[in-house]
Amino acid sequence: MSRDVKAKPGAEAVAVRGWWAAHKWLIARRTAQAVFLAVFLVGPVTGVWIVKGTLASSYTLWFLPLTDPFMALQSLAAGNLLAASGFLGALIVLVAYLLIGGRMYCSWVCPINPVTDLAYRLRVRLGVPRTGGNFPRSVRYGVLVAALAASAATGTLAWELVNPITLVQRELVFGLFVVGGSLAWVVVLGVFLFDLAASERGFCGRLCPVGAFYGLLGRYALLRVRADHRAACNDCMDCYAVCPEPRVIPPALKAPHGEGPVILSGDCTNCGRCIDVCSKAVFRFGGRFPDAVKADDQATTTHHRAAAE
Amino acid sequence: MAHDDRTSNKQVARRRFLATAVRGVALVALAGTGLGLAGRVAANKPAHAIRPPGALDEDAFLAACVRCGRCVRDCPYDTLRLAGLGDGAAAGTPYFVARDVPCEMCPEIPCVAACPTGALDRGLTDIDAAEMGIAVVVGHESCLNYLGLRCDVCYRVCPLIDEAITLEPRHNVRTQAHTRFLPTVHTDKCTGCGKCEAACVLPEAAIRVLPEDLARGRVGEHYRLGWAEKKKRGESLVEGVIDLPNRGREGMESPDTGSGRVIDLPDRTKKGGYEGFEP
Ligand code: SF4
Ligand code: SF4
Ligand code: SF4
Ligand code: SF4
Repeated sequence: MSRDVKAKPGAEAVAVRGWWAAHKWLIARRTAQAVFLAVFLVGPVTGVWIVKGTLASSYTLWFLPLTDPFMALQSLAAGNLLAASGFLGALIVLVAYLLIGGRMYCSWVCPINPVTDLAYRLRVRLGVPRTGGNFPRSVRYGVLVAALAASAATGTLAWELVNPITLVQRELVFGLFVVGGSLAWVVVLGVFLFDLAASERGFCGRLCPVGAFYGLLGRYALLRVRADHRAACNDCMDCYAVCPEPRVIPPALKAPHGEGPVILSGDCTNCGRCIDVCSKAVFRFGGRFPDAVKADDQATTTHHRAAAE
Repeated sequence: MAHDDRTSNKQVARRRFLATAVRGVALVALAGTGLGLAGRVAANKPAHAIRPPGALDEDAFLAACVRCGRCVRDCPYDTLRLAGLGDGAAAGTPYFVARDVPCEMCPEIPCVAACPTGALDRGLTDIDAAEMGIAVVVGHESCLNYLGLRCDVCYRVCPLIDEAITLEPRHNVRTQAHTRFLPTVHTDKCTGCGKCEAACVLPEAAIRVLPEDLARGRVGEHYRLGWAEKKKRGESLVEGVIDLPNRGREGMESPDTGSGRVIDLPDRTKKGGYEGFEP
């Protein structure tokens, strides 16, 4: 987008639809992030173990094993087969994200997301030049391959040596973060500064192999953001301004090649912020299949062509 | 510019594409190298960091453990801790420091039961068969029993007393009149729980649990212990060897015969003690 980012995208939506409606998904998302952190902390703080473990692998409500499938994949690459419960846990998580959208992990669960979101907002506020350290977004897929290759070559979970997500969450949940000695905050600060000064949306948008992994899952995911009322779009560009992956919007919104109104890119994080900020209520959450709902422009031939694909 | 617009546009696009591609590839290569390097560094676990019972060999363990901390959570004695970044052991992996909190060797082995990855091997069902490490008496000059006293604490606290650790009677050469009871660890029985190290009464433990590879010596495959072979066969392996009588220290029978010993006591002093004996 060559256009400058608006200082206050969504102002129009607030004016038209009210503050709450224009922040609905943002609030839901921040709440979810807080809840996902809190459930892991209930056990250590109160002794009631709703969830035991960390994001890497956990045991919930005394019956539900959950394992991060990317962790499982690294372990597999390093040459280890998980125990049955860990394997089952990975399968459950895999299926869940196939339903709700792979990168939903990024925007609703990951504890690093608030950090990079904050860095981005500050970046816009401070007017940090947009170009510079902006290496291609596809690098993350390379890092994904590199992480798995390094796991295979060194026989250890390579990304876990530096992964700020699990590091921060783990050290928070195990109290290491607060009680001295932990270096995790250095890593968080590093990510924050990297995103603030070096590269726009650099960590989550360009580097992180966990996001890349969930992005690959997301390509096949069921729950999607749909631009069903795209005919109403007044080109205010607010959705582009808030989207952490702005490139995913045009195919659904503008259909340059006659695409359906569904954001199909795995890179979309299902954050729902575009839904919030659109004063014309173009977007909504829905299924990936074009016939799932009646779009405004369903009658157009281009759309039927897309549906047939 | 001599070029017409189209060619120069194409060239610019191509150049930009190349620059982007090179930058991307360089970054990925950098990431891969960095990760590989970090992996090497993380494999250097300090010797005092002991893995939980059932842990696979360190290499296999690092491949398997997803750093979830569930073993740590289920350890009822807070023995296990999770390595923080910069702790030495790979960040997020479980370990314990025997001198701080040793493993209590729970019969149900809850740490192993909690592990979702097999990094702690479920094949371990008898905690007495655990091989977390091996205790070694490192303080031959500080251990009270080595000095000739009767401390015995490490021996008493050992969950496998008289199997993993025994007190071996040895003549006290200094006093010439007493026996030293040397704490002696038997590597095939010691689980490495670290109760002995935790209990050692000295300000710095004279007995310490070390990872197995640091703690065990090994004789060459081709070595044969002559006396063992002889016993097995019932007679000397080599025919016609003249068997000279064993000569121990003057006045003492060979310990091999096990028939006790005769101590040639030094002369009595006027006060009733022994010559050269300083209590
Ligand atoms: S398209 Fe919408 S939901 Fe997807 S990442 Fe962008 S703003 Fe979030
Ligand atoms: S055997 Fe018991 S005390 Fe020892 S590490 Fe496992 S859970 Fe902790
Ligand atoms: S439970 Fe297993 S996978 Fe989890 S931290 Fe302990 S050893 Fe590692
Ligand atoms: S507890 Fe320490 S000082 Fe006492 S006998 Fe054992 S190693 Fe020696």
